[in-house]
Amino acid sequence: MSDYQAVMSRKAQIIRDAVGIDYDRFRTGRMTFDYEGMMAQTGYGLEEIIAIQRASGVGGTPLLEMRNLTQLSRATAPAGHGARILVKDEAGNPSGSFKARRASVSVHHAKRHGYPGVLAATSGNYGAAVASQAAMQGLPCIIVQEVYDSRGVGQPEIIEKGRVCEAYGAEVVQLTVGPELFYVALKLLEETGYFNASLYTPFGIAGIETLGYEIGREVIERYGRAPDVVVVTHAGGGNVTGTARGLAKAGCTATVVVGASVDLRGLHMASDRDFNRKSFTTGHTGFGVPFATWPDRTDVPINAARPLRYLDRYVLVTQGDVFYTTEALAQLEGLERGPAGNTSLAAALALSRELPTGGILVVQETEYTGAGKHPSAQLTFARESGVTVQLGDPALNVPGKVISIPDSPGQIQVRDFDLGAVRRSYLRNAVNHFGLAQVSAGEIEFLTEETRADAQFVLGVLQELGVECPG
Amino acid sequence: MIKERAYPGDWVRIHKVVLAAGARAPAVPEDTARVPLEMWVNGFCDHEAGMGQPVTIKTAAGRTLAGILVAIEPSYGHGFGRPVPELLAVAAGLRRRYRPGRGEHE
Repeated sequence: MSDYQAVMSRKAQIIRDAVGIDYDRFRTGRMTFDYEGMMAQTGYGLEEIIAIQRASGVGGTPLLEMRNLTQLSRATAPAGHGARILVKDEAGNPSGSFKARRASVSVHHAKRHGYPGVLAATSGNYGAAVASQAAMQGLPCIIVQEVYDSRGVGQPEIIEKGRVCEAYGAEVVQLTVGPELFYVALKLLEETGYFNASLYTPFGIAGIETLGYEIGREVIERYGRAPDVVVVTHAGGGNVTGTARGLAKAGCTATVVVGASVDLRGLHMASDRDFNRKSFTTGHTGFGVPFATWPDRTDVPINAARPLRYLDRYVLVTQGDVFYTTEALAQLEGLERGPAGNTSLAAALALSRELPTGGILVVQETEYTGAGKHPSAQLTFARESGVTVQLGDPALNVPGKVISIPDSPGQIQVRDFDLGAVRRSYLRNAVNHFGLAQVSAGEIEFLTEETRADAQFVLGVLQELGVECPG
Repeated sequence: MIKERAYPGDWVRIHKVVLAAGARAPAVPEDTARVPLEMWVNGFCDHEAGMGQPVTIKTAAGRTLAGILVAIEPSYGHGFGRPVPELLAVAAGLRRRYRPGRGEHE
């Protein structure tokens, strides 16, 4: 057996030791588990999480009204349309993104349970967030990143994230492209006994609930009613899940939750060749689609981020749309942020047009910008990687080949990704993963909750797939 | 001045092959399977070594790690790239057509 196979065969035990949760106690059958029980029994209520975050300087970020971007949207909307756009300026968190919310709870948990350090396998803002929180708590930290292609050429955005982790005192392990990032992380967890600050634990997701909760409470207080729409940049699913759960806890049960991703369909995320042909390393369909159609592909046995349970709508924008929006945010609102975190803002410019002028639309994050993770850095890199950058209709974008930056705001359109197709795909994955030949009424109920579909839909798809269903 | 030798306590970068080409995880795309999984880590040099020679480092987390010395006082090298004419045009257009503060457009 190779070392790779040997380590992977010990995965369950390594993760159990490194996360400290016995996931088996939430399992109720071969496929089913008690999701709400798992979320409730991990030891932290909303009030406690608010207290943990307050103590580490996380949360309470400003909710800013985008007066000029609202006008920009109204200028291209039908008469009487163009909802007020608000932005939750999450760049104000200690590490410059909403990920500090997740990390604060994970690192608090690690410290409380006496782990000697924390580890996270992430190439995104979450690494900076864990490193920052670990620095605050005085814990050693290791961040494992996927950075380079086989030529040793690195994504500038990820190189910056490595730099910032080192600035917070973390050890940064940088790898070439490949899913074996996880194997390296498992080996390190075994070697060090560190806590696995996974993005997908119940307490990591609970850390994001405060974001939805703050938005809900503040909008109600300021405008006397809940937001009509909240747009969430969707990648691994935690942002959607946590925000939607927090909105519900603030009483905003009728608010429409829209996920938005950058359309990178056609690029293979584990391909050495494709790796440097994208300008976005997160917030894109390469994560957004697989994590919605099958959440349990992570470093924990049951993923607490289950976006399909919460998405009302899923839309795509292009890389060009996001670069345009990033420029507009700086030029018209005086806020230099992103760019990847502006994916939801790009979608908001289009979605605002669908609502009347009295509507309220909230974009729930921004992220810090800097060397490497900046439109000029990323577009320069795109050009050097052979991608054509042009001004023109964003419909001409071809992931990995052409970035077409709109020359007028009216060109920004969202493309709806059919949630019915996502649900179908989820059900197919469930059937294949568990080898389902027949299902019980209880399992149908579970699948209905998982896909947020009605029982008729679930039954119909299962029967199409040849699964025997209870009459 | 580019240093060719590292001494104990110097901040250095090491390189290591984690999985050889052909020993990659099953199901990686063909272009990825053909190349090794490589790793780089920065840390403080434990002992004197020349570029390209084996060395051990002490990492920021306190681990001792062996690899090949590939850089002494490694720099990040990323920046803001070059000005992007397309974005400059977008900026000029936005400011011309939509006047911040007045909430109206031409």
